[in-house]
Amino acid sequence: MMRVKLSLLGMVAGAILLPGTVLAACETITLGSAISLTGKYATNGMHAKNGYEFAIQKIKDAGGVKFGGKCYNFNVIYYDDESKGDRAATLAERLINQDKVQYMLGPYSSGMTKAIAPVTEKYQIPMIEAEGASRSLFNKGYKYLFAVLSTSEQYLASAITLAAEKAKESGKEPSSVKVAVAVENDPFSLDIRAGVLEDAARYGMQAVIDEKLPRDLSDMSAILTKVKLLKPDVLIVSGHSKGAATAVRQIDEQNVKAPMVAVTHCEAADVTGKFGAAANDILCSTQWAETLTYEDPLFGTAANFNTEVKAAYPDYANKKVPYQLAQASAAVYVFKDAFERAGSLDKEVLRDAIAATDLETFYGGIKFSEAGNNIAKPMVLRQIQDGKYNVVAPSAFASHPLNWPRN
Amino acid sequence: MEQFASNFGLLLQFPVVNLKIVIDGVMIGALFALSAYGLALVWGVMNVKNLAQGDFVIAGGYVCWWLSQKGLPALLGVPIAFLVMAGIGWVVYKVVICRVIDRDLFTTLLATFGLAIIMAQMLNLMFGSDTQSVDLGYETLYFMDGFIDVPIAKLLGVLMAAALAIGVVLFMKYSRMGQAIRATAQDVRAARVLGINTDKVYAFTFSLNAAICGAAGAIIVMVWVIQPFYGITHSVRAFVIVTAAGLGNLPGVIAAGLGIGALEQYGAHIFGIGYQQAIAVLLLLLVLVFRLLQQRRVRQSLQ
Repeated sequence: MMRVKLSLLGMVAGAILLPGTVLAACETITLGSAISLTGKYATNGMHAKNGYEFAIQKIKDAGGVKFGGKCYNFNVIYYDDESKGDRAATLAERLINQDKVQYMLGPYSSGMTKAIAPVTEKYQIPMIEAEGASRSLFNKGYKYLFAVLSTSEQYLASAITLAAEKAKESGKEPSSVKVAVAVENDPFSLDIRAGVLEDAARYGMQAVIDEKLPRDLSDMSAILTKVKLLKPDVLIVSGHSKGAATAVRQIDEQNVKAPMVAVTHCEAADVTGKFGAAANDILCSTQWAETLTYEDPLFGTAANFNTEVKAAYPDYANKKVPYQLAQASAAVYVFKDAFERAGSLDKEVLRDAIAATDLETFYGGIKFSEAGNNIAKPMVLRQIQDGKYNVVAPSAFASHPLNWPRN
Repeated sequence: MEQFASNFGLLLQFPVVNLKIVIDGVMIGALFALSAYGLALVWGVMNVKNLAQGDFVIAGGYVCWWLSQKGLPALLGVPIAFLVMAGIGWVVYKVVICRVIDRDLFTTLLATFGLAIIMAQMLNLMFGSDTQSVDLGYETLYFMDGFIDVPIAKLLGVLMAAALAIGVVLFMKYSRMGQAIRATAQDVRAARVLGINTDKVYAFTFSLNAAICGAAGAIIVMVWVIQPFYGITHSVRAFVIVTAAGLGNLPGVIAAGLGIGALEQYGAHIFGIGYQQAIAVLLLLLVLVFRLLQQRRVRQSLQ
């Protein structure tokens, strides 16, 4: 249970030390967030929190949120939801009822967001979330939930488009492409499967393998044997880190020659570090990459964001700045933008301003659908080329050509 | 249904698949058999049904993984995991098991279940919830036009498992401690009367079981992946195998282990890999029903 009052403290200190300065003139807007600081989501929860704090500091340094002739700084009250849904919902109630929070930042994971959304909806508290991708969040008719990230059915759907493009290039009909799908039996991966199969159906492609991975054991040799027999053109695997690790290891062991292999959670499973060359030419989906050409006036380019985060948080000095952090910063930026356009602290006015967001950011375009999900930002596919993650799709942002076919 | 039929059709269309499935299954089964043998040991000798069996396996895996992170050769992890887990097994016996060993079935089940939860959570706190594995970097051998693949790492794992199993059998047969363990399993009171310190035998047995599991885990981390909460998978299979094979029957345990490995692979191929574990449990059910019918026949003849 942690209450962060850093910016408040800073203001008090500023007011004492430098009476009458601009710093002291800024008022505080309090946001609330239940976030996983312990439990199974602790690592990613921490990334999200760092993303929020980085953006808040950045906004403060740039003179705060300005509207109605005043300036404001954000302050977030954090509670640890212990990676448990019921706890997250209780804490959301507490933030709203006891701490009188009027605006919320999201928790980590689709599951936690699912637990909190009914609460914020009940009290009509606008929540901008950055870490819940399941599309089941956006078919419930929630009016106060907004998400800056792409929904999960889009994670690997672009691989299908890519396969269709490649089929055309080699003089074949896209409908001749054979697709193999192996996903875990959980809401996130089933979303991915749905997205892939929808796109495949649009091209008239045939799904020759469509199987569920078990939650444990991590042996998918039975599926890969079928892949060798049926020779699909695209193999899609989604099963969190263990799915990625198992797929990369066994595809290499069994010498599977599918021309295109697309996987989620490559970075989390550290497939390049663990399996080296075996991971080459595998496609990995990501919400954001620092090599993309997005930019905005506050954070600068994606590359600049990357450098500044590394400077501000030495923990990331020797590893990739995860997209979970970037999207959390983007969520805070949306709040700033919406407050300035709303010109008011009223949460209903603010809600409408958020709904009308149309913003270019270092994280990509942000524009919300009726349902609250971001429709302006595509998912990005990166290919592991000689141990490096290079953006290969969508073609508008590609920094490197696709290695195709694999091997 | 259509998919099951087409999957089945593949087996007939490409007979080589059958061979591949059997080879894969046998390699997996060999590793299951190892921890199952440990379970048969504590079950048979001490009458403790250890629900933490799989968590000992995972703990052994983490010992090996941790050592390889520290730059030690991973293969050395197998004997070290064996020794470390032997120590942990001895401590667990002294702290928990010796207090519940004389109690009823329910108490030992609860105690070992609690132990399983604690161990999984401790591993989670110590090593994090990410999946881990050790890549030995060995080549893969291919046969039959590259259709059958035998990764050398897996082959090595199976050989080590076999060596360990043979070692344990010889130990049980020829060493004084092994004889004492067998005597205790046959009749505790008689063993005590003949001067065997059964408490020491129990402690040794439990610690030997943990050591076998530890070595199995160290092999598993080199051929698959581990995660703090994967213990239950291995526990379930160990129970299925021991139940199918019966206690105190090492060849039976090995045969059942290999058989279940192969049947699971067949099931995964025909019904989909998502049903792999369901197939293991279904097999357990069938074995239990079969055993029950068998026993009923015996009882009827007694009447």
